[in-house]
Amino acid sequence: MYDPTVARLTYRALLGRRRALILGALPLLLLVIAVAVRVLAGADDQTTADVLGGFALATMVPIIGVIAGTGAIGPEIDDGSVVYLLSKPIKRPTIIFTKLIVAIAVTMVFSAVPTLLAGLILNGNGQQVAVAYTIAALVASIAYAALFLLLGTVSRHAVVFGLVYALVWEALFGSLVPGARTLSVQQWSLAVAEKVADGNLVTSDVGLPTATVLLVAVTVLATWYAGQKLRSLTLAGEE
Amino acid sequence: MAVEQPTRTQDATPPGDQTRIHDIGYRSYDGPRLGRAYARRSLYSQSLRGAYGLGRSAKSKVLPMLLFVVMCLPAGIMVAVTVATKAGELPLGYTRYAIVMQAVISLYVASQAPQSVSRDLRFKTVPLYFSRPIETSDYVRAKFAALASALFLLTAAPLLVLYVGALLAELDFADQTKGFAQGVVSVALLSLLFAGLGLVIAAVTPRRGFGIAAVIAVLTISYGAVSTLQAIAYVQDSTSAIAWIGLFSPVTLIDGVQSAFLGASSAFPGGVGPSTAEGVVYLLVTLGLIAGAYGLLNRRYQKAGL
Repeated sequence: MYDPTVARLTYRALLGRRRALILGALPLLLLVIAVAVRVLAGADDQTTADVLGGFALATMVPIIGVIAGTGAIGPEIDDGSVVYLLSKPIKRPTIIFTKLIVAIAVTMVFSAVPTLLAGLILNGNGQQVAVAYTIAALVASIAYAALFLLLGTVSRHAVVFGLVYALVWEALFGSLVPGARTLSVQQWSLAVAEKVADGNLVTSDVGLPTATVLLVAVTVLATWYAGQKLRSLTLAGEE
Repeated sequence: MAVEQPTRTQDATPPGDQTRIHDIGYRSYDGPRLGRAYARRSLYSQSLRGAYGLGRSAKSKVLPMLLFVVMCLPAGIMVAVTVATKAGELPLGYTRYAIVMQAVISLYVASQAPQSVSRDLRFKTVPLYFSRPIETSDYVRAKFAALASALFLLTAAPLLVLYVGALLAELDFADQTKGFAQGVVSVALLSLLFAGLGLVIAAVTPRRGFGIAAVIAVLTISYGAVSTLQAIAYVQDSTSAIAWIGLFSPVTLIDGVQSAFLGASSAFPGGVGPSTAEGVVYLLVTLGLIAGAYGLLNRRYQKAGL
């Protein structure tokens, strides 16, 4: 189910040349903000939860997920070079699974690690806030990568739709319509994080059992469907 | 190039006798030559149409049109509410509208700026443009003006809806006209700034998808970061820092300019807008960014794909 060559090629497509720098800019910004906040406001658990929840988990993780998830397969389908990969004797679900692993790894490295570092800078892991948000980022990385990898195989405008989901659905509708929060990767991962953190700093609108079931279901279904999509892929030119 | 190829006959006469030029009747073009200005105008109008998907496939019309509708819809609802409740003023000021709807504007820039310039770079069609009688600056000016105009349409249309609605609701004419004029100036500045930033980013990241993400990162994430820092500065009572932090994100930049000069109420935490002196800095930074974006684009195309 895992093909090292496909993985190596995907890593190069995602991180090669200057792309690692673009991916690295966001985590760097988070760390700069963390340092600035620590200097301005000192160590405070509520501020830490606000910065990690509002900026790291709500904005940074989905955007890194969009870049890594769609970037793992989108450009290849786009420029047509995916036919060389598909013509090799490798099962299509294997290709998807390998690319998913790579996308998850990249998202985790570029989102969860900086979240942990920022949390440690902000309040030295007081009340387990840093660890809780790191776990939320890890869990969210898996679901986002699977979801956006599927988008990459379905649509040519995967990045736009991914960003619309991340910014408009989760951020805008999530804050206005309570029901939208139930269908949000961010809230599901927060439900997991809620169990880890002490006190009431990390809260979610979704119960842990529901969140776990939905997380697993979305990840598995998205991966399966992406494999199916790749089996019947039609190549088309630029519109 | 009507030169007859030398034939294989080596045994007969020396080759010099066999080669001759035939006139096969090609005519040179003697119609009117429309020149540089016409080419630039065409590029502008095509880019502007392309920014709304006109003249492109049905699929590529969906997103810009959808964003346009989403942009205008709240304005229509507000007008309906104002008329129905007979309120004395609009629920949202003209200058505030673009700030509230900034996510939609950012998405529009992020989707259309790469569409406008990245594809030419990715498929290496830029040299074809420059084989026409246009210069680098013509291409940059046409693309810049087209995206700025498209953005101006997107941001000014809801203001027009609000204005017409306010007049129909018989609100004070002088008051509404003043607010509308201020709003239009503000969104014109916003269109130029966002178009410049979006095009520069799209021109350096021609790879599909990366350009979109990079534009969103610069426009939205910088706003998220800046407003987080401003909120913390507000809680810490260091209100003088709020205005200076606001310089680091395009949206807060426009917000600062319009609250200093265009009579807008600031969206900064606590409504602490910049003072007039700070407003001058805001305006200079905004104009500097627009000019800088134009300069960078010109430099980018000096050697693009040639």
